[in-house]
Amino acid sequence: MEAILLTIVLSPLIGSALAGLACMRVSRAWAHWVTIIGVGISCALSLYVLKLYALDGQAIYNHPVYTWMVSDGLRFEIGFLIDNLTAMMMAVVTFVSLMVHIYTIGYMHDEEIGYQRFFSYIALFTFSMLMLVMSNNFMQLFFGWEAVGLVSYLLIGFYFKRESAIFANMKAFLVNRVGDFGFVLGIAAVAMYMNSLDYAEVFARAPALKDAQVNILGGVSWSLMSVIGILLFIGAMGKSAQVPLHVWLPDSMEGPTPISALIHAATMVTAGIFMVARMSPLYELSETALSFILVIGATTAFFMGLIGIVQNDIKRVIAYSTLSQLGYMVVALGVSAYAAGVFHLMTHAFFKALLFLAAGSVIVGMHHEQDIRKMGGIRKHMPITYWVSLAGTLALIGFPGFSGFFSKDAIIGAVHHSEIAGSSYAYVMVVLGVFVTALYSFRLLFLVFHGDGPRDGHAREHIHESPWVITLPLILLAIPSVLIGWMTMEPTLFGDFFKQAIHVAPEHDVLAELGHSYHGQWGFILHGMMEWPFVLAMAGLLTAWVVYLLKPEWSERIKNAMLPLYKLLDRKYGFDEFNQIVFAGGSRLIGRLLWIFGDRKLIDGLIINGSAKSVALLAGVARHVQTGYLYHYAIAMILGLLGLLTWFVYF
Amino acid sequence: MIALSDYLILGAILFCISVAGIFLNRRNVLILLMCIELMLLAVNMNFIAFSHFLGNATGQVFVFFVLTVAAAEAAIGLAILVVLFRNRRTIDVAELDTLKG
Amino acid sequence: MTFEKFLFYFFAAMVIFAGLMLITRRNPVYSALFLVLAFFNAAGLWMLMEAEFLAITLVLVYVGAVMVLFLFVVMMLDINVAEMKPGCFITYLPVGILIALTMVVEMVMVVGPNHFGLDIYASPVPHAPGYSNTGELGSMLYTIYMYPFEIAAVILLVAIVAAIGLTLRRRPDTKSQNPSKQVLVKRDDRLRVVKMPSESKMELK
Repeated sequence: MEAILLTIVLSPLIGSALAGLACMRVSRAWAHWVTIIGVGISCALSLYVLKLYALDGQAIYNHPVYTWMVSDGLRFEIGFLIDNLTAMMMAVVTFVSLMVHIYTIGYMHDEEIGYQRFFSYIALFTFSMLMLVMSNNFMQLFFGWEAVGLVSYLLIGFYFKRESAIFANMKAFLVNRVGDFGFVLGIAAVAMYMNSLDYAEVFARAPALKDAQVNILGGVSWSLMSVIGILLFIGAMGKSAQVPLHVWLPDSMEGPTPISALIHAATMVTAGIFMVARMSPLYELSETALSFILVIGATTAFFMGLIGIVQNDIKRVIAYSTLSQLGYMVVALGVSAYAAGVFHLMTHAFFKALLFLAAGSVIVGMHHEQDIRKMGGIRKHMPITYWVSLAGTLALIGFPGFSGFFSKDAIIGAVHHSEIAGSSYAYVMVVLGVFVTALYSFRLLFLVFHGDGPRDGHAREHIHESPWVITLPLILLAIPSVLIGWMTMEPTLFGDFFKQAIHVAPEHDVLAELGHSYHGQWGFILHGMMEWPFVLAMAGLLTAWVVYLLKPEWSERIKNAMLPLYKLLDRKYGFDEFNQIVFAGGSRLIGRLLWIFGDRKLIDGLIINGSAKSVALLAGVARHVQTGYLYHYAIAMILGLLGLLTWFVYF
Repeated sequence: MIALSDYLILGAILFCISVAGIFLNRRNVLILLMCIELMLLAVNMNFIAFSHFLGNATGQVFVFFVLTVAAAEAAIGLAILVVLFRNRRTIDVAELDTLKG
Repeated sequence: MTFEKFLFYFFAAMVIFAGLMLITRRNPVYSALFLVLAFFNAAGLWMLMEAEFLAITLVLVYVGAVMVLFLFVVMMLDINVAEMKPGCFITYLPVGILIALTMVVEMVMVVGPNHFGLDIYASPVPHAPGYSNTGELGSMLYTIYMYPFEIAAVILLVAIVAAIGLTLRRRPDTKSQNPSKQVLVKRDDRLRVVKMPSESKMELK
């Protein structure tokens, strides 16, 4: 078993090294074959492991592989913890990664430099993400955390000659850093109070510390578990782009579309969700932390969706959609419906990756035009892309029967049943969010694929369906987007699939309550069609059809009528400007001040030059003692003698 | 009777006279050298006095050696003075200031 | 006032007078002569203290050799006495007197009668008539202090060499011998053998 796990982790790494370290001397075919084989082996073995766990009921595997160091009783190890949750994550990550690898052969076809580099990076990313999900201790988790952040930085800035790309990758890394800071503090608190970094030991010792208090910031006493929970969640906020650390995700669309699909939709941003689900034994001990998570998630879910309505870049719309859906997952975690959150993570990975890759297909077809106002009527020219996009969009809005419906409705139902602080607010947010989601999703679909739309003649003539390397992954991703919800819903949400991986305290167990009224998938669908979310989703679809297809001139009038709101959304609530002026500008100002006063005036001027000048001054005065006259020297000796004499006589 | 302190006071007075001579002499390197001889004389006076009153001849042996060394030092000092005069054409102390800082 | 005491005060007064004159005269020859006077009177004092050998040595060596050397140098260096400026002597006189007086007062406080008076160190008994100060010094010098004696001799040698080495000037037109060159001479430097054909037989007339 250990051999299988090591192969799963290391084969993408080896593929990445072989493709990347030989720089430009390897051919493009070699680069993509070696990485695809590496990730392919990893995917096959991950599916095999998933089969072992899901179908054969394998026992949990929790063993260290390598002990890095032992310091004062604290062990720093590399080890693997495989249970149902991990197996599911592994399968999702490797499958989506493999699809993206195949897709990239077509997408990056025109790329002159950097083809090999790209494959090396995405294989490296697969390695990092696997290390993250398979880890059995906080240190390895943190390693994987940082590594995916690093690869994300490298990939966002892939077109490093573009200034906007460099700005975006710095922004992503720095915002992530803020989250990582909280994360490290959380890990430090865990290590300090529970004397271990291993998951099993920490989870065993946590219940004893349920009521422990800790003094921070001058005598204010906080509950320890709340502090740990909130600090760890701050890391998740950075990685999974929750408000206010969400600002990097839209800018990360500067990177090529395959990585938007892989990293910023399916896998890296879900690392935070995975981490909270993994830490469920800790979060169950603190309702404060759960309420905090809930409020932040709900805010993200609704308000980010609103911005998606006014975006005009095809990738930005999907990016804000990702932000909103991540908010949904976080809301699920906040009401202790960890299974629902993770389930939505899985379904979202498939349909969001599908949507991004389809958008990439459109971009390639439109010769790298990304503004949806310049598109329209593409479904006649790119049928496959159109149909898979439709499937993905229906899954996204939660149309009954598609996978997104099951996961999203499960979340909304769980929030409805929850009673912790903030749950009413969250319920309103997630329900309204369904309307917004349907609105922007179908706006995108209609503007891009339907109607005649303004298009310049050149693109109109050359548009054609993408090659099979692009459309095959689309189809392969569309299948789970449609089917997987139906197939896996029952054991995942209401069954025992995550029983050993996720712990839920009885008073928080909303999914169990939801399960009381569960009567099979058809029952769930019928029940769902009578609830508010379905009505709102259909309303959103209808609104988008009317405003953008039937009467396009209404979109302009509505925009003018709600101009202040439009402006607010267009400026993304001012978060970017706030960060630029306050944090970035503030840091630069402090740096400048320290440079001028601290460095130049104080250290250089006063201490270094000042000491030299004072020595020179002193020497200038002291040299007058050297008169050169013999009797002056003799006088000095005599005076010294006099002094000694006086001292000896009197003291 | 002559006390030991009388001789010692005499030695002290001679010593201070020679110190004053070094201090006040602005003209002549030769006077400087002569003041040094006077200083040595004062010291020798002390030695002989102690040797006499303590009945130990060691003091006188020491004076013997002091005389020897003083003679050698006077010779070399005068040789230096001669060479100095040859080069600088003056023995005025106030004009020997090439080491001025 | 015994005769001894009178002698002591007389000699002491002369020494001090000579010292004062030494430092105030403008003419260095006068200063040197006053130093000679000081030495003579000091020798007298030493005689009083039954250190005869050293008293005579003082006169012979110090006055006879060292002071003569001083006078040689004074007269050899053609010093223009008129150039000596008396002004700076007067300006520094108060300070100099102050320093000297301070030192005297302090030293007298240390070596004065309360520490070294007659009650502490009694006046010693004069020696017997056959006492030889020279003999006593000699017996100590050649036995206990043999090593310092030899070193003193070396010091004198060094002084001679240094004095000559510093001041010797070679005149360009004197002739002298260079022993090292003489020893290194070879036959070929002095002798040259010339081959000449022998004369043919001459006719005797």
